[in-house]
Amino acid sequence: MSGPSLMDSLFQRTLEDLIKGLRQQLIGEQAFISKALEEIRKEIKSTDLSTKSTALLKLCYLSNLHFHDMSFAAFHALEVLSSPRFSHKKIAYHAISLSFHDSTPVLLLITNHLRKDLTSTNEFEVSLSLQCLSRIANVDLARDLTPEVFTLLSSNKLYVRKRAVAVVLRVFEKYPDSVRVCFKRLVENLENYDPQILSAVVGVFSELACKDPRSYLPLAPEFYKILVDSKSNWISIKVLKIFAKLAPLEPRLANRVVEPICDLMRKTGAKSLLFECVRTVVTSFSEYESAVRLAVGKIREFLVDEDPNLKYLGLHALSIVASKHLWVVSENKEVVIKSLSDPDPNIKIESLRLVMAMVSEHNVAEISKVLVNYALKSDPLFCNEILGSILSTCSRNVYEIIVDFDWYVSLLGEMSRIPHCQMGEEIENQLIDIGLRVKDVRLELVRVARDLLIDPALLGNSFLHRVLSAAAWVSGEYVEFSRNPLELMEALLQPRTSLLPPSIMAIYIQSAFKVLVFCLHTCFVRGGSTAGVSASASYESFDDLSVENGAGSTVAHGQTCTSAPITNESIVNLLKLVELALSPLLGSHDVEVQERARNLLGFVDLIKLEALNSSGQEENDSEQKGVEATKIIRLVHDAFSKELGPVSLSAQGKVPVPDGLTLNENLGDLETICSDIELPSSNTFSFGYPSEEKDVSSFSNLQIKEDSGQSNESTSLLAEHRKRHGLYYLPSGKSEVISNDYPPANDPALQGDNNDTASDLVKLTAESLVPKRKPNHSKPRPVVVKLDEADEKPVAVKHPESRDDSLSGAVRDILFGSEDILPTSSRSNLPSSNRKGKEKQHMITQVESKENVVGDGNSSSRRRKDHSHAKERRHRKKNAEERNETDRKEKESSSNHPRRHKSRQRAVEPLKVPPQTSVIPDFLL
Amino acid sequence: MGIRFILMVNKQGQTRLAQYYEWLTLEERRALEGEIVRKCLARNEQQCSFVEHRNYKIVYRRYASLFFLVGVDNDENELAILEFIHLLVETMDRHFGNVCELDIMFHLEKAHFMLEEMVMNGCIVETSKANILTPVQLLEKT
Repeated sequence: MSGPSLMDSLFQRTLEDLIKGLRQQLIGEQAFISKALEEIRKEIKSTDLSTKSTALLKLCYLSNLHFHDMSFAAFHALEVLSSPRFSHKKIAYHAISLSFHDSTPVLLLITNHLRKDLTSTNEFEVSLSLQCLSRIANVDLARDLTPEVFTLLSSNKLYVRKRAVAVVLRVFEKYPDSVRVCFKRLVENLENYDPQILSAVVGVFSELACKDPRSYLPLAPEFYKILVDSKSNWISIKVLKIFAKLAPLEPRLANRVVEPICDLMRKTGAKSLLFECVRTVVTSFSEYESAVRLAVGKIREFLVDEDPNLKYLGLHALSIVASKHLWVVSENKEVVIKSLSDPDPNIKIESLRLVMAMVSEHNVAEISKVLVNYALKSDPLFCNEILGSILSTCSRNVYEIIVDFDWYVSLLGEMSRIPHCQMGEEIENQLIDIGLRVKDVRLELVRVARDLLIDPALLGNSFLHRVLSAAAWVSGEYVEFSRNPLELMEALLQPRTSLLPPSIMAIYIQSAFKVLVFCLHTCFVRGGSTAGVSASASYESFDDLSVENGAGSTVAHGQTCTSAPITNESIVNLLKLVELALSPLLGSHDVEVQERARNLLGFVDLIKLEALNSSGQEENDSEQKGVEATKIIRLVHDAFSKELGPVSLSAQGKVPVPDGLTLNENLGDLETICSDIELPSSNTFSFGYPSEEKDVSSFSNLQIKEDSGQSNESTSLLAEHRKRHGLYYLPSGKSEVISNDYPPANDPALQGDNNDTASDLVKLTAESLVPKRKPNHSKPRPVVVKLDEADEKPVAVKHPESRDDSLSGAVRDILFGSEDILPTSSRSNLPSSNRKGKEKQHMITQVESKENVVGDGNSSSRRRKDHSHAKERRHRKKNAEERNETDRKEKESSSNHPRRHKSRQRAVEPLKVPPQTSVIPDFLL
Repeated sequence: MGIRFILMVNKQGQTRLAQYYEWLTLEERRALEGEIVRKCLARNEQQCSFVEHRNYKIVYRRYASLFFLVGVDNDENELAILEFIHLLVETMDRHFGNVCELDIMFHLEKAHFMLEEMVMNGCIVETSKANILTPVQLLEKT
């Protein structure tokens, strides 16, 4: 394609023409844009810089607002950049900051342009290039332009200097070694009293302190001065953010700062600053009672404000306080609960979080009840938000707060019936999980499952299918608790099950199989073939019902929970029902469904021939033929009665490694990289079984639970004892004959009016927040199966990013170095108590070498500071190498406990090193 | 990072200005803007100006037909960002004289320039209207 002619350039469309054309929309937007792009592609090749820059400008517009790729123009942007005219330069810089990124190929070519403009005498050119650098700087640019930025940091033009300060953040981030060059000047700017500079430099430090607060502790006095003197709210907010990070690290600093912050909170009229003070206090000064009280007073003002913004922020602040001072939430509970019906969904969600924070063992039933009523009335989104938070709160730490599982299981059933409910998956997991873990609740669980299964309407709601699959599985697995297995069978095989997806259909069929086997077993094996004997599954027997004695030993127990008698006729009907319902499924396209249906039908065929023929005939004959059938039934029944339990997270670790299998092949070098991450046990891998996802996640919380575990244990022991020696106990709510009349979940007063729920909730939380032991738990908390060995979860130690690491390392070297303190290794903030002992013996031998290394690194950095600017550039490479080496050596010895190191070093050379902790207060005085 | 991006969007959901302080591909940007616009424009005057989105927050404010949306880190001060938006609008008001959507459309580059004066690398560096506008006006003369 030849370049554009002179005519083209003369009649080039300007950006304004382009926008006007776009607005007129004569030929449709897309068509117009592609035409314009075609023109731009031609124009941008022009040798005339004005034509080129106009084309670039138009391209920027289209890229910025209409998402058109402009990477093809990268080189042209550089060409425009070399124009002597400022207006061209401006367009080029604009284009470059919009479109360049780390993998732009021509990025390398820009270095010299930037350097030229950074040293220009025109402050606007300098500013443009600084701006651009802050957007596109990568490692190379940051390294190559560090000297220029360093010079500009002390420029006497404020306009330039503040930009240089702002750009430093990006340079540090990309090239941590630049800290050694620029940090001192940056700190000098901290002492500048010009608000422009100060606001830029404080902004930089607040970002830096976010990443690694400990390194900036020595600068606390400077920040303190700014906090006290600052007139600008912007600056104060940023300084407060810094102190929020620093204060938790150094109690003496917190002592010192808390008063000025409270002063600020009392005096300021700006809501933004006020809120920042409040947030700082509640996050980082929560031990200071008076400060917290002051902050809470302000929060209350926010909460009752008309402005939804302040209300939202008030609730947000409350949720921060809630973790440490729950009383604050209960003091403001009226507002919180009223906000549950706020028109703003965001406010509703915040207040829901707070209500959930108030939930405890004593009020969980009441609060859940009220919230479920709220959910019934809310829009689908918030409804599910409520249900989700109830589910997650109740299941926290393996159902820590649930005492009455019968109640909880029926709540799960109730929740799944809420029309908007979409939490099927979570409810499914919990139903199964509870079934596995809590033996005592299985009776109620089966009842809830039956109620769900038997309702044909529920099958039409696809969100409930997961719940139904859990219900089907539960009623199959624990069929011995069913009151009426025949009814269950009908529910499992009802015609509307055709609405289910195949995977769940398969579960239904499998459960039907289990139920059928149970019925047959009760009828033929246990009860004999005498008609009319009600089959029994003793409530008591489930505990020791096992493969060995399940066959017939339990018949003796009199307590029955199966009300409908299983007779031969009903068996015949049952078999007919199965054949009728399943024969169409033999042609199912889903293999799983087809196969299971075939299994079940095959079994039915087998039994039908053998057993049922005998039913009406003479004794001898039936006994002869019945034997075969009984054998089969017993066999299958035994197979099904094997219990499934939860699987420990560390179960895999207990499997011995087979000979000849090297597990750590090729992973050996990981050892050096993650040497400071020590897992509690060397092989805690978990292979979560699909149905056990729930377990895995809840186990990971177990560690937190340790304290409460104690009380659970005692209650569970009590329960065990009561079960074994039930005779000697006075009859209580939980009698052997199972009745459904548990104490109602709600106070009778509450049952009546669901309309005025808000006031109820207020009342409830008021009652429940008083830490009293409710005496009305007539039955002890049932045993919740937990796997003790799984208590220790692999602690996920966050490995700091190497880049950040080296950045903070460099900052420490400068800061602590300048105060004549040995650099604390940045790794010191990783607690490593568990390796302390192990490493002790290595330490002494390695101290010597480490000392040398640290000494070297220090002196080199100090030497560097004396270098003139020109020398620095020359030496930089060498120093970088030195630094790398230092890093490497430090890493080698980093498995030592750094603190111990330091104390040891102090002992060796006491005159040089004042203890670090005493240094901070000195700064403040 | 502080501020991650600044968007100006009209009532119809068309982007009128977009400034990002971290690199996103065009596709990511298109998706992000679509999601945010859907989330924020559906809200009414009685609702608060803060929306949680992915792992950060959006602070927004509506002026006539134009929405100003600022994406910030979670620990950024929301009220300060609202003040920042107001400052931005006031600054543009002073420059354009009762700023409207068309002013921004036809002077997109200038609007970007003003923003660059105020925000650098995601940090607010300048909050004085006079300081922001001096270079803008100087450049206009040249």
